[in-house]
Amino acid sequence: MVERTGLRHALAHFVLITGVCVIGFPLLVAFVASTQSAEDIAGRASLSLLPGEHGLETWRTALFGGQTRFGSNIAPVLPMMWTSLISALAIAIGKIVISLLSAFALVYFRFPGRALCFWLIFVTLMLPVEVRILPTYSIVSNLALLDTWTGLTVPLMASATATFLFRQFFMTIPPELVEAARMDGASPMRFFFDVLVPLSKTSIAALFVIQFIYGWNQYLWPLLVTTSESMYPIVMGIRRMIGGGDAANEWNVVMAAALLAMIPPAIVVLGMQRWFVKGLVEREK
Amino acid sequence: MIFGGRLLPWLLMLPQLAIVLVFFFLPAGQALMQSVMLEDAFGGSRQFVGLENFRRLLADPLYIGAFSTTAVFSLWVAIGAMLCGLLLALAAESVLRGRTLYRSLLIWPYAVAPAIAGVLWLFLFAPASGILPRALATLGIDWNHLLDSGDAMTLIVLASVWKQIPYNFLFFVAGIQSIPRSLFEAAAIDGASALRRTLTITLPLLSPTIFFLLVINVVYAFFDTFAIVDATTQGGPGKATDILVYKVYHDGFKALDLGGSAAQSVILMTLVIALTALQFRFLDRKVHY
Repeated sequence: MVERTGLRHALAHFVLITGVCVIGFPLLVAFVASTQSAEDIAGRASLSLLPGEHGLETWRTALFGGQTRFGSNIAPVLPMMWTSLISALAIAIGKIVISLLSAFALVYFRFPGRALCFWLIFVTLMLPVEVRILPTYSIVSNLALLDTWTGLTVPLMASATATFLFRQFFMTIPPELVEAARMDGASPMRFFFDVLVPLSKTSIAALFVIQFIYGWNQYLWPLLVTTSESMYPIVMGIRRMIGGGDAANEWNVVMAAALLAMIPPAIVVLGMQRWFVKGLVEREK
Repeated sequence: MIFGGRLLPWLLMLPQLAIVLVFFFLPAGQALMQSVMLEDAFGGSRQFVGLENFRRLLADPLYIGAFSTTAVFSLWVAIGAMLCGLLLALAAESVLRGRTLYRSLLIWPYAVAPAIAGVLWLFLFAPASGILPRALATLGIDWNHLLDSGDAMTLIVLASVWKQIPYNFLFFVAGIQSIPRSLFEAAAIDGASALRRTLTITLPLLSPTIFFLLVINVVYAFFDTFAIVDATTQGGPGKATDILVYKVYHDGFKALDLGGSAAQSVILMTLVIALTALQFRFLDRKVHY
């Protein structure tokens, strides 16, 4: 550009720094609260924004559970994180595998009913869990899948978006590759494993981030299909900790648990940022 | 180039199709069926009543109320998230240093579960121990979202916008980056100021992104905010934040009104279909088969 840009840059930095601070504020407050005692939070005229000295104790209570000094029983968060991790991994990997297979069938085969399959998958975009809560619940319960890993993960594994993303990507792969593979006598599955899957690595990484977060952050679904405490994922478990109302909540423990619930997906998003951003923006195309 | 074989493609489709049929189409069909039935809560008897459930629903001021609550809520969420996202994207695209750092520090709420976002904002605004009500009190503003419906709506809007800013930000950044640099350079040489370039080049060329995000944000506010409402206000005080997806859950699971809940599901499905059609129709989004 051909002009003075100093003022414009300063303004842009100002906007960005303000944005970062406002967006980060709830995180700061959560962290500070998790290092203070419950009395400090409830009693002070205004919450101090400096960390207190009760951090270790609070985080230990959140992770491993136990009784607080007020006598309330805190359920340990660690097993919940385990449930969340397993189900998020199962959902993400399941979605990717299932979608890779069906995109492969849609792009590289011509079979009767192909158009129907495409539309059946497409329509699922329009049927989010939220709008069909009760009947889905009754099906899961009729299949005796309540409180099981299968019930918690399998119904969430269908994915129109992932199927379309892979389909879109497969269509950009030069036909010469298929032709060469066929001339060399490769079977369809051999082509799939030796050519398509390795070529799809970037898309797989991008989808993994998005679907892992999707799985980790599930709330309504586990609320419906889990009934025993050992199957509660962390996101849902924390919601149960705040049942007592403002004054009764042990906010310090709740905030420590909330931070624990945010750390794994945040690590995945920030660690795989490049793929995540690409996948997110491209998914919608 | 295509492979032959009739059985193999079906085997490949099988897992996806099985899940889709059992967990998507079967329940959707059941919702359709139940919406025209009157059934007692324990499944004892059922009876065909035609459109009676819908008539009852549309005559119910609470349902109409939930509709307008949802409309107000999604409007504020869409406007808030888009304005913040656009402003930050414009700023991020005009700095040279620190772009990656800014981006990391702006997008992390995407990873936060809606329920957790709700809990974080609930704590900030907790009437007795929250930090913000105390700050507001010193300004003479009385905050209590447990009693005041405006406060409750503000709370769920703020939490939902906060969670949705990263998404809007990333799409606006991608949109701005896809505008050819030469347009800006030509305009700059012609003497157009930065503000003028933004208003006459960036914004008009972003209109497809803006429209796309508008639909996405409305869909988000309609369907993905259940957890935020459940974690913060639970539809209250009264019915002030009782949005449609919260009501369908409450009526089905807590009030056990099966027909009414199914009719609500059917109406919601129609809404999603309309919104999805809108999204694909006006956006030149290619889903060709």
